Amino acid sequence: MALETTELRPLGKSIKRKEDARLVRGQGRFLDDIKLPRMLYLALVRSPYAHARIVGIDTARARALPGVHLVLTGEDLAKLNLAWMPTLAGDKQMVLATDKVLFQYQEVAAVIADTRALAEDGAALVEVTYDPLPVVVDPRRALEPDAPVLRDDREQRDNHIFHWEVGERAATDEALRASAVVVKESIRMPRVHPAPVEPCGCIADYDGAMGKLTWYVTSQAPHAHRTVLAMVAGLPEHKIHVISPDVGGGFGNKVPVFPGYVAAIVGSISLGRPVKWVETRTENLTSTNFARDYFMDVELGADDKGRVTALKVTTVADHGAFDAAADPTKYPAGLFSIVTGSYDFPTAFAEVDAAYTNKAPGGIAYRCSFRVTEASFLIERAMNSLALKLGVDPADLRFQNFIGSDRFPYDSPLGWTYDSGNYAATLNRALDMIDYRALRQEQAERRARGEFMGIGISTFTEIVGAGPSQSFDILGIKMFDSCEIRVHPTGKVIARLGTRHQGQGHETTFAQIIAEELGLSTEDVLVEEGDTDTAPYGLGTYASRSTPTAGGAAALAARRVRDKGRKIAAHLLEVSDDEVEWDGQRFYAAGAPEHAVSMAEVSLAAYTNLPAGMEPGLEATFYYDPPNLTFPNGAYVAVVDIDKGTGEAKVRRFVAVDDCGTVINPMVVEGQIHGGLTEGFAIAFMQEIAFDEDGNCLAPNFTEYLVPTAVEAPKWETDRTVTPSPHHPIGAKGVGESPNVGSPAAFANAVMDALSPLGVTNLDIPLFPWKIWEVLRQHGVTE
Amino acid sequence: MFPNAFEYQSPTSLDEAVALLVEHGYEAKILAGGQSLLPMMKLRVAAPTVLVDLGRVPGLDARTENDRELSLGAMTRHASLEWDEDLWARYPLLRETAAWIADPLVRNRGTMAGSLAHADPAADWGAALLALHGSVTVDGPNGSRRVGADDFFVDVFTTRLEPDEVLTAVHIPRPEHDVFATHLKLERKVGDFAVVAVSLQVEIDGDGRIRRPGIGLAGVGPTSLHATAAASLLEGQPLSLELIREAAAKASAATDPASDRRGSADFKRDMVRLFVERGLRSIESRFDEGRRRSA
Amino acid sequence: MLISVTVNGQERTADVEPRTLLCYLVRDELSLTGTHVGCDTTSCGACTVLLDGVPVKSCTVLAVQVDGQELMTVEGLEQAGDLHPLQKGFWESHGLQCGFCTPGMLMTTYALLERNPDPTEDEIRRAISGNLCRCTGYQNIVKAVQYAAPLVREKREAAREVAR
Repeated sequence: MALETTELRPLGKSIKRKEDARLVRGQGRFLDDIKLPRMLYLALVRSPYAHARIVGIDTARARALPGVHLVLTGEDLAKLNLAWMPTLAGDKQMVLATDKVLFQYQEVAAVIADTRALAEDGAALVEVTYDPLPVVVDPRRALEPDAPVLRDDREQRDNHIFHWEVGERAATDEALRASAVVVKESIRMPRVHPAPVEPCGCIADYDGAMGKLTWYVTSQAPHAHRTVLAMVAGLPEHKIHVISPDVGGGFGNKVPVFPGYVAAIVGSISLGRPVKWVETRTENLTSTNFARDYFMDVELGADDKGRVTALKVTTVADHGAFDAAADPTKYPAGLFSIVTGSYDFPTAFAEVDAAYTNKAPGGIAYRCSFRVTEASFLIERAMNSLALKLGVDPADLRFQNFIGSDRFPYDSPLGWTYDSGNYAATLNRALDMIDYRALRQEQAERRARGEFMGIGISTFTEIVGAGPSQSFDILGIKMFDSCEIRVHPTGKVIARLGTRHQGQGHETTFAQIIAEELGLSTEDVLVEEGDTDTAPYGLGTYASRSTPTAGGAAALAARRVRDKGRKIAAHLLEVSDDEVEWDGQRFYAAGAPEHAVSMAEVSLAAYTNLPAGMEPGLEATFYYDPPNLTFPNGAYVAVVDIDKGTGEAKVRRFVAVDDCGTVINPMVVEGQIHGGLTEGFAIAFMQEIAFDEDGNCLAPNFTEYLVPTAVEAPKWETDRTVTPSPHHPIGAKGVGESPNVGSPAAFANAVMDALSPLGVTNLDIPLFPWKIWEVLRQHGVTE
Repeated sequence: MFPNAFEYQSPTSLDEAVALLVEHGYEAKILAGGQSLLPMMKLRVAAPTVLVDLGRVPGLDARTENDRELSLGAMTRHASLEWDEDLWARYPLLRETAAWIADPLVRNRGTMAGSLAHADPAADWGAALLALHGSVTVDGPNGSRRVGADDFFVDVFTTRLEPDEVLTAVHIPRPEHDVFATHLKLERKVGDFAVVAVSLQVEIDGDGRIRRPGIGLAGVGPTSLHATAAASLLEGQPLSLELIREAAAKASAATDPASDRRGSADFKRDMVRLFVERGLRSIESRFDEGRRRSA
Repeated sequence: MLISVTVNGQERTADVEPRTLLCYLVRDELSLTGTHVGCDTTSCGACTVLLDGVPVKSCTVLAVQVDGQELMTVEGLEQAGDLHPLQKGFWESHGLQCGFCTPGMLMTTYALLERNPDPTEDEIRRAISGNLCRCTGYQNIVKAVQYAAPLVREKREAAREVAR
């Protein structure tokens, strides 16, 4: 694809990324690259047990080690009322354990020393005596009446966190009873981890004289972090300066506040020196977050013609030791109620019960808009099972049940209003690209020869862009986002947003939006994010919300600038305001297009030659509260060949057709799709944070938590349909998560399709070769 | 992640290296490529107080070949076996195996001898050395000795090496006939240790009979295993489907795998059967192809 | 221990503890922070540097081991303000997103093109299989290397012409 650089009217063009100028030179400035004078390093002491009483903590040897400046325990923090901290989900979480530990690798003490190595040495010298307690790793066991109660700090004497339900239970049960066909499956979406290649970390730098904390942190949501910190630490919010430097991937991992952050801040305040904590990969995988971990039972009904009648989903959610899920406050199960997907269900019901277990806390939106991945996986897997049960083609079943393109805005039975979509067109494009009918023909021939080839379809609908303020907040803060634009006298622009990109390309794509609105080139627009002292307040970048929220704010802030520019243009053109026209690049006098001024000329006039009475300057800020969420969708088709000998499923082809509305930069969108598909592939085939029955984490580093390399990663074939969002200022919907949300089901469906001659409809992901081998073996298939 | 503090020694002769090992005993560890040892030290699973780096001992990267065998010095890195075309014809299993070790960057640094001395039962080189009927030279305070591959591996991470000994060279017999080799590995991704690996080498004489067969197995017991019963079935026989199947079944029966997250014991046993069968069948078809071409 | 190394053509000395890993020599002592650290187990390759021309994971080499040797890091790719063809390739082909794995990818593929100036897609994929990327799915990294390969060949030809 040809790349363009300084073009005017940049929206929709594959413009080279501005941020790459530093990143390809190794001149990005990531958290761990920052070194402050007199800086100390922090290491954490972690529990080897998943559940144990702490009998004693002896820090004497650690404190005696030369180079160690401070050893913090939960008791020290308790004196500051910081032994516990609030979570985003309204629960509380131990910062450093005092009485007992609730998961393996839980934070027990912090050691601050001159160097990283000395801090680790000191941590190894902290002696903690434990008295092990019975461990609960399965949330279904946790909810049994005789299960040990894990959280004895709560008044409630069980492990139940919340019950959440939506829809019509009675009507759904009735509709299922009346259905000609009902499929039932137990679908497990295992615990996984976002694992960006850069781990999490921070530097706390407290200036005692001014009472100001500068906090450098790997953050997807710097303003939210500032507010949470003000609440947790009791620091005045205007004296907290959060700087999120270049972020080496986030995928939801870098949304919450972690105990290591609080310990570093306490350390810096206590010692009056900067304190850096950067987690190791092991710490990352074992303690800072996880995603999914849903056990879902589904019943899906259809009439004798294959029309879906009802959907019922009953879910047990494992939230680990503390409910640190990152969901909008009114949505404890996130946006799981998107579970009716792309299909026109007359009625539906979904419920989620969440439980505490002796596992790491989290439950974050890993490349996912709050439990949408779980929902999409469930409905797409269930539709596959329905097709198998009915003996119909899974593509045909979908065409039959899609919400028609004439039905938008569409009110779903679980309460959402879908903005737009043309599901049949999107699926048709995918089927054409992969030559679906020919593949089915080939499959029939291969089956006749005893071979196992499968074709899997996923036609998902996402829900992103949280969100409208009437229902979306985090700890009460509404989930709007913002953009501030300053146009300098020479027509150059600096724009700051409340979001924080981690590879999504905002420095380029938001510049494209603003340049488009102002008739400038992207070169004229500098986009800055991640500094709370300069950027306007916003909720950050996760859940594919940046383009739907901050992207909207950018367009609308630019339009405010343009509106003022129009008045200045009228003054320069010596016509009245309503006689000024805008052609996308210039203002001109109506009827006299040659009588025009550019934005640069208008900018200069804003500082030099204003109409009488006008406030000088050319700036605007917009806080955009979206009227609705956006609903990107896609049609994915996977083709797999199963090795009968080893059980390996090889992905032969994968076609992804996405519809994310208006496209700002096709190159960036395609890149997002490639990356998300690769993560979806990993979730389907390789990745799980598993535990043994004693609560030991079995995937604590990259030798067991398997990240695909270029050799395993399939080749992706992508295309798009474009159905703009009718309510977004530029019609864009958001795209970063679609491929991760939609693809796991396509892979799993392909494997089930391959194995369907054996009567198999469901296997738990990740689909390791041995699982498939066992099925083949049970059915007497061997090489 | 940082290793604990240790004393670094960089001897410039083998005698000096051995003297350091004698002096420090179990406290010392030998550093060759470091691709297993250093990660273990970073995780503080290993915490030696003295590291004896072989990197500056002259001659340890030497490669010599005579009419009986190829000898590879202890600092021979995986990548040099992967990329040295000169070895491919006579020692094809070296390249076949090297290309499966860890990942390309680790192969640039890690050594064959280090891997053998580390003796991970899932490692590829252990299986290959057994299939090759290789041996190693071990140097210690009492001089130098040879240990055959079949005797070398004792238990998980345990070999015949004493704490004051250095594995200084690996020896591979020079094939006397046409040689055929393959290394089959089930790994979950590049960089993974083998779920199961099978290293195969056979020579085939002018009469089409198998000579000096070797079948090495990884990941299916407490050490690298040599499927000797299966190999002896092949000795002196022409390859046939029936013989291949019989040998595959015998090799599979010789294993003692553990059930774990990589698969059940039954699964791993069946992978041995499958890989021996696939490997020998590919050798058979390559042999037939060669014969057709020369005919 | 006092060691001396040549880094991107410049001789540098540093006083390091034996346990100092090469990646921290580069990052902390030599202040070349383009080389990143992403794991504990020699898995991710974000720390890849060239040691005497060979790409290695600098988190799994001790600084004291490289005394007297030659290092090249990502900072050594750009020559006199001219980006290396691979840097151009990654930029043009959108071969990076967050940019954290990029320096390691660049060093690995630099060595690949030195050894194999016209690699196939399969050879590229194998060559970078010790470097993990969570953002790109690798497809555009492959394209980036394919973009750079002919430019590197041309450069090499031109250099040969000059030599003649």
